[in-house]
Amino acid sequence: MALIRIVKRQEPLGWGSCFVFLAALSLSLLLGGVILLIGGTPPWEGITTLFRGAFGSRYALEDALIKGTPIFLCSLGVAVAFRLQVWNIGAEGQYALGAVGATWVALSLPEAPAWVMLPAMVAVACLAGGLWGFVPAYLRQRMRTNEIIVTLMLNYVAILFLDYLVYGVWKDPASFGFPMTAVFAEAAVVGRIGASNFSWGLVHCLLLGLIVWIFMRFTRLGFEIKAGGDNVRAARYAGIPYDRLVMLVMVLSGALAGWAGFLETSSTVNRLQPSIMAGYGYTAIVVAWLARLNPLAIGVAAFLLAGLRVGVEGLQLDLQVPAAFGAMIEGLILLTVLAGGFFTRYRFILSRRTP
Amino acid sequence: MTFELLVPLLAAAVQSGTPILYATLGEIFTERSGILNLGVEGIMIIGAFAGFLVAKLTGNPFLAFIAAGLAGTVAASLHGVVCLFFQGNQVVSGLALTILGVGFANYLGLAYVGQAAPGFDPLPIPVLAEIPLLGPIFFQQDLLVYVTYLLPLVLWWVLYRTRFGLSLRAAGEYPAAATAAGVNVMVCRFVGVLVGGFLIGLGGAYLSLAYTHLWTNNLTGGRGWIAVALVIFAFWRPSRAVFGAYLFGGVMALQLRLQATGTQIPSSLLLMLPYALTVVVLVLASWRRRGSDEPAALGQNLEPID
Repeated sequence: MALIRIVKRQEPLGWGSCFVFLAALSLSLLLGGVILLIGGTPPWEGITTLFRGAFGSRYALEDALIKGTPIFLCSLGVAVAFRLQVWNIGAEGQYALGAVGATWVALSLPEAPAWVMLPAMVAVACLAGGLWGFVPAYLRQRMRTNEIIVTLMLNYVAILFLDYLVYGVWKDPASFGFPMTAVFAEAAVVGRIGASNFSWGLVHCLLLGLIVWIFMRFTRLGFEIKAGGDNVRAARYAGIPYDRLVMLVMVLSGALAGWAGFLETSSTVNRLQPSIMAGYGYTAIVVAWLARLNPLAIGVAAFLLAGLRVGVEGLQLDLQVPAAFGAMIEGLILLTVLAGGFFTRYRFILSRRTP
Repeated sequence: MTFELLVPLLAAAVQSGTPILYATLGEIFTERSGILNLGVEGIMIIGAFAGFLVAKLTGNPFLAFIAAGLAGTVAASLHGVVCLFFQGNQVVSGLALTILGVGFANYLGLAYVGQAAPGFDPLPIPVLAEIPLLGPIFFQQDLLVYVTYLLPLVLWWVLYRTRFGLSLRAAGEYPAAATAAGVNVMVCRFVGVLVGGFLIGLGGAYLSLAYTHLWTNNLTGGRGWIAVALVIFAFWRPSRAVFGAYLFGGVMALQLRLQATGTQIPSSLLLMLPYALTVVVLVLASWRRRGSDEPAALGQNLEPID
């Protein structure tokens, strides 16, 4: 009688895991096609439109890079926290507060020159985002509260706070009733690189990505974070200050998301308005997980998922597919990749049981 | 606050607490089996949409209610398959399910935004509805609210008084010992996820069928997450879930009333109330966990190797 047994792999799968990843992606696209069909859109046309819209033109690629910026920064922070097994689901709120902090500086120092303004905006944005990460970390370590739920609830609080400001005290009188602040002064805008469409924000991303990669790979703290994430008890036993590490990664995580909020207001929309809350913080979680928390891979995954968002916009214009289709595909991709992980850790062997 | 204002407020608290109660009870049942399902928000909104759609197509709210539960079961089964068969991380899988569910409901629901569907209307219970105070608060509600008066008892009975309940709790508490005692932990956990998903789906249906009677984008608005927090507040016990749900229902009802009376407080700050309260309640519940029935193996996967 032939029996299938499940055995743990002793060696990493190597290139095979790339195959598993691609298979999972294809499966989620296939399911996406089925759902397009349910919604009344021809699936093949839908998928090709999605790809063409995402990566088929220079404009689309540029747009993906621009949208990828905040996703990348949020994801970078989220991934550092996940490394320590700290579940920061709050990038969305930390990003919102970062945007609020940067706007506060821009609105309250209208006369400042750029060399004062921009560093001050970055600092306050990181401080605000970091604080929004510190609160759940503190509650987790002191009160043993669940950081998943606290960070999530703080997302709602932060977004509503942003709403309160742009619908109320910060509303531009000249905005015809729209909820938005006044346009930032020239000095508060991160400019474009030369004559290109890209802002210097892209350079921020590259540098921060590099710094986080070096931090995680070559510094003592980075090593401690990885060790703490692998085994909390062993890490404590080895004298690693786990409690302080939790606070550190959450503040770091929040500060990076805050930086993303700064870039979005300063370089993309040049003012604060509710539409900056596009769910980048949640996409960042998907990205971090797809990239297996590796800072370099996060860059690629952030670009791909930003491309998906751009593609869905095309789908919306050409075939009237609702924008929520993008979020749905993100969820599907994450689920299938998660399930696919099984095949990289275990293998099946056929064994014959002799009677 | 005068009496004439307080009684309607408490009645509204019970009503707006009911969807959260369904979801909290469902999540308690799931977590007792050892599976952490963070997909509640997604399952709830899928239930809400399925309920709305079936009510609109068939005109039969009862059928719609059951369909919502079944849709919740199907959605939850995704989490069950990923975590139980494929050993996926339970936290991430639940988050993925929420992202998927909210996207799915908003995707299919866009064509129906603002449309109404038949649902459940208040149905006072004879005699009981006449009791002063208690009558207007508890017994002039709709049928789905009355179901939740019995549901915690049923769940308590299943969990603590049946053989299956014992196995389910053992699967969540100490799966290795449960397996040694001949319990099929996989089956118990899968049933926990499916039954929980059914109840969470019903909670979503309450929103579209009884609370609003119509479909809007993001109908659940974070109620699923509040339910996840309430499981901790409830110490994983069905009885305590009732108090938590009504407390949150009360805050939501109060916030709506304050908005309607046109206070000076901006609406964004009022809307913050339930979320801020969740954090406060969570801190209070987590600070001293003595007496909590948190399953010891919650969130831990089983090794698939025999």
